[in-house]
Amino acid sequence: MSNPITKYLPFFTDAEVPHTVSARPDTGLYSAKLGIWLFLASEVMLFGGLFSAYIFLRLGAEPGYWPAGLLNVPVGTMNTAILIVSSITVVMAWAALKMRQLGKYKLYMLVTIVCGLIFLTVKLSYEWPAKFNHFGVFIKKEEASKYEEFLGNKHLKDTGQSPRWEISGHLLDAPKGSHYAHQAEHNAEHFAHETGRHDAVTPAEDDYVIQLDAVNANPSDKENDRPHFWPVPTSTKLAVIKASDVESASVFAPRHSTYFATYFLITGLHGLHVLGGIIVFLYLWLPFRGGTQLYKTNPEHLANRVEIAGLFWHFVDLVWIFVFPIFYLL
Amino acid sequence: MSASHSHSPTPAGAAHDAHGHDQAAEAAHIAAHIGGYIKVGVGLLVLTGITVGLSYVDFGSRQMNIIVGMIVATIKAAMVAAIFMHLKGEKMTIWRFLIMTAIFVVGLFLLTLLTHSDPVSGTSYSTH
Amino acid sequence: MSSIATADVGHHGGTDPHADHHHHELGFLQKWVFSTDHKVIGLQYGVTGLSFLFFGFLLMLVMRWQLANPGIAVPVVGGFLRSVFGETVMTDAGALTAAGYNVFGAMHGTIMVFFGIVPVAVAGFGNYVVPLQIGAPDMAFPKLNMASFWCFFTSCVLMMGSFFLKGSAAKSGWTAYPPLAGIADFENGNIWLNGQTMWLIAMVFNITGSLLGSINFITTIIQLRAPGLTWMRLPFFVWAQFVTAFLLVLAFPPLEAAGFMQLTDRVLGTSFFMPTGLVVGQSVAQTWSGGGSPILWQHLFWFLAHPEVYVLILPAIGIVSEIVANNTRKPLYGYKAMVYSVFTLGFLSFIVWAHHMYMTGMGAKVAAFFQVTTIMISVPSVILLTALLLSLWGGSIRFNTPMLFATSFLPMFGLGGLTGIPLAFNAVDLFLHDTYYVIGHFHYVVAPGTIFGLFAGVYFWYPKVTGRKMSEFLGKVHFWGSLLAINGLFFPMFIQGMGGVHRRWYDGGVTYEQLAGPVLHWNKVMTVSAGILALFQLVFIFNFFTSWKFGKKVGRNPWDATTLDWDTPTPPPHGNFDKPIEVFRGPYEYSVPGYHADFHPQTSRD
Ligand code: HEM
Ligand SMILES: [Cu+2]
Repeated sequence: MSNPITKYLPFFTDAEVPHTVSARPDTGLYSAKLGIWLFLASEVMLFGGLFSAYIFLRLGAEPGYWPAGLLNVPVGTMNTAILIVSSITVVMAWAALKMRQLGKYKLYMLVTIVCGLIFLTVKLSYEWPAKFNHFGVFIKKEEASKYEEFLGNKHLKDTGQSPRWEISGHLLDAPKGSHYAHQAEHNAEHFAHETGRHDAVTPAEDDYVIQLDAVNANPSDKENDRPHFWPVPTSTKLAVIKASDVESASVFAPRHSTYFATYFLITGLHGLHVLGGIIVFLYLWLPFRGGTQLYKTNPEHLANRVEIAGLFWHFVDLVWIFVFPIFYLL
Repeated sequence: MSASHSHSPTPAGAAHDAHGHDQAAEAAHIAAHIGGYIKVGVGLLVLTGITVGLSYVDFGSRQMNIIVGMIVATIKAAMVAAIFMHLKGEKMTIWRFLIMTAIFVVGLFLLTLLTHSDPVSGTSYSTH
Repeated sequence: MSSIATADVGHHGGTDPHADHHHHELGFLQKWVFSTDHKVIGLQYGVTGLSFLFFGFLLMLVMRWQLANPGIAVPVVGGFLRSVFGETVMTDAGALTAAGYNVFGAMHGTIMVFFGIVPVAVAGFGNYVVPLQIGAPDMAFPKLNMASFWCFFTSCVLMMGSFFLKGSAAKSGWTAYPPLAGIADFENGNIWLNGQTMWLIAMVFNITGSLLGSINFITTIIQLRAPGLTWMRLPFFVWAQFVTAFLLVLAFPPLEAAGFMQLTDRVLGTSFFMPTGLVVGQSVAQTWSGGGSPILWQHLFWFLAHPEVYVLILPAIGIVSEIVANNTRKPLYGYKAMVYSVFTLGFLSFIVWAHHMYMTGMGAKVAAFFQVTTIMISVPSVILLTALLLSLWGGSIRFNTPMLFATSFLPMFGLGGLTGIPLAFNAVDLFLHDTYYVIGHFHYVVAPGTIFGLFAGVYFWYPKVTGRKMSEFLGKVHFWGSLLAINGLFFPMFIQGMGGVHRRWYDGGVTYEQLAGPVLHWNKVMTVSAGILALFQLVFIFNFFTSWKFGKKVGRNPWDATTLDWDTPTPPPHGNFDKPIEVFRGPYEYSVPGYHADFHPQTSRD
């Protein structure tokens, strides 16, 4: 098969390297198996570096600066389950190839790919955007008493919990010149449409108006001391905050806090790994020379490839097993 | 170029010949494992549910909850690594450097934290 | 990942009758540019790396001029530099500006370490020599190897391109410490196209290339050793590369992670390394939420960068070992002890990193821990050095050019290592940290140490690559000139450092004359030495190119060596060997009593 494109690529010039398919007797390994494990070792160190940053920053955070309960737990749980299912199917796909059942292989691989795509879609079209439309302001500590009705620090102190400095929800009005002005305008329209109220936009030019999250609406309610499983909808209560009382203000984007910085960086990098895995799986699933075509000439070679791609995929799953509790639950 | 693979103990091509028998045995061996994969998978799903549930149980302090959560996560990770990734029964070569990796990653976590928790005393040093 | 998965597409088991033809019909592009042959890739890395070493050296020459003659226009090339590097870096009169000094300093360090020495020592020599020495036809993953080079090449383009951005290249040191690095280079108003951001992006590519390469090295050494080549029959160079590759695989990723974090700090406004209440130009910076820690960067950086210094030195020790054994015509003294040492060294190098951070305010307990591990790591280093010194004992040494460089490596590396020991002690280091003493310490290890080792390697393997020897006469001129000049350049740094001269004063210390006055005249000595050193490198460059055409022709084994790399045709063809390779003995069987020659090749059966 002479393919006009690959003909001019350098891919056929390799020297004949032994142990690409068969195992070397003294190590019992074919080369790619060793290579992928080395790669995974380096990945352990990569995510290790990120997790060590997470631990370091979390333990170093001042009380009240490491938020909890901001992510959607049911959706996260579902995504976790989807990744686990895909891990099962990919190992089944490999087993099917080993038993020389091409049809089953294709089926299991398809399920794996679909699972990966669902995971990514949920992440990119639902979880992340939902965060980007959420807004929080950290109040300067010395001004916090003014906002006690939203922060509830007395209650927190009495019950021995860390203080709260953040007021969050949907931004309805932003100070003049803020680059969130557009988002605020949009939210205010939506708010007016839903509630029929038009009091969200204040005449003052240096105010934030926030449609409060449940925690800030009832900060002294015991109900709100621990995160909820089902996300609680935003209340219709509003808070007006003077810009000069604000230490920092941001949507729930990486810049919001070190919590969201680590969350977005780690899940982002993880998402890229999922994407990479999907691309490799597609290659192995479609009738490329190195994909299912290879089954005809050297099924063992194809099985090896599925095995190493699968190892990578399991690792991605394994990382998620830690990501899920540390960001969503704990 | 023909010389290049003749020195290899098992030239790539040789794998095909001895195939038939080995392959059948291996297939049978793998078929026996499939039930195990499914069981582990279901176990992982159940443990996911448990992780979520436990995070709403009050173990006395945040720290305790984190420790419990991490223990469950580690069990899950071990299951994935041992069964799905076939680390159970994997070759020594791979185990050796994975153990090294584990040691270094733990070193990275712990030593970094140590310097964090042992500041020069008597100064206003703080990490933020 | 996908490259691993596809690493062995193509013809295995010789099923395709056309496979052979392709090998003969390679065009220039396939043969020399997009090659998957480990030798070509080794040369690509080597030549690129050598060019970078030279370029980094030129940057340093300009800095040295400035240190000895602060504010005075650079002679002859000042105007040229002004037109190339622009107004941030050079004044109209052709003198180096303060910002320019920072640019050159940061880029000198970065280029020398990540674009010069590692590419030459690890990727260049490693790629060319390791498969030959273990009797393999190529690396285990040839395409991954090519991908590694092109990742590296991309990083080179980005890093060099950053000189031409508005505001010039990175200015925050090769260590890129935040928070300064986090706020640097935003003056031109573009968060992506500026020096420090480009530095980070280039480093991510560089690291990725290194990772791909080292995975390949380890796999190759484990999987592709020729029959009979047991672990304890490996040439020491292969061991050195093996450990080096592990250091890269396991230490680089945390820096890659840290690179991502600094990148998001700069372009997405995260605060991984930005502390709360950061004051930029008199007002509290509102751009960052705060809550981050600059110390975290230092941890992640040095977690790599300490192992990295062993990445810089181990391949050179490997090269020197080969040359010492070959030219003393004796086995290496304590080969096994060396192997165990190099492993111990590799292991320990992961738990000493915070000796670079004594000044960050760590308490006595932790400092004591790192102090102890740092002292421990000098034990295996000393074993390696001692074994090599003892190998010289009683040998009938052939002092050819490679051997001259190799022997002088030993005391020079020794001096560098010994001056590291005071730095290991917290109390001493609090004084010496960030002075020229530290600069002297590590330059002794890397310049007359590693770089001499690399020169030795170039002279040694040049005949294998080109089929001709480099001129011995010019080689000796190069050696003696370099040896004298390099000591004139680096030794005074110890004096200055103990006199309190800080490593980043851009005017050579004039502002602090009251403090450093008595040692400032050494600046002149060092600058003159640097100039002389440059002249002698021209001899090398001349020799390197002319010998390619006019050098003395040689056969397969010009040095009467024992290892497999000398058992191939010269230069080695695609696939390397013209006969089946089987190994029967250890790597350094020289002067074996009763054997008819004074060297006993690893492949000889009798
Ligand atoms: C053999 C024992 C060695 C010891 C005990 C040692 C110790 C140290 C210490 C404590 C420092 C930190 C000084 C400071 O910043 O205040 C240092 C810096 C350094 N060492 Fe070594 N070292 C040794 C060998 C080496 C070797 C083999 C290399 C390189 C090939 C090397 C390269 C460096 C570099 C590059 C720095 C400075 C990095 C910077 O701040 O820019 N050292 N050494
Ligand atoms: Cu160090």
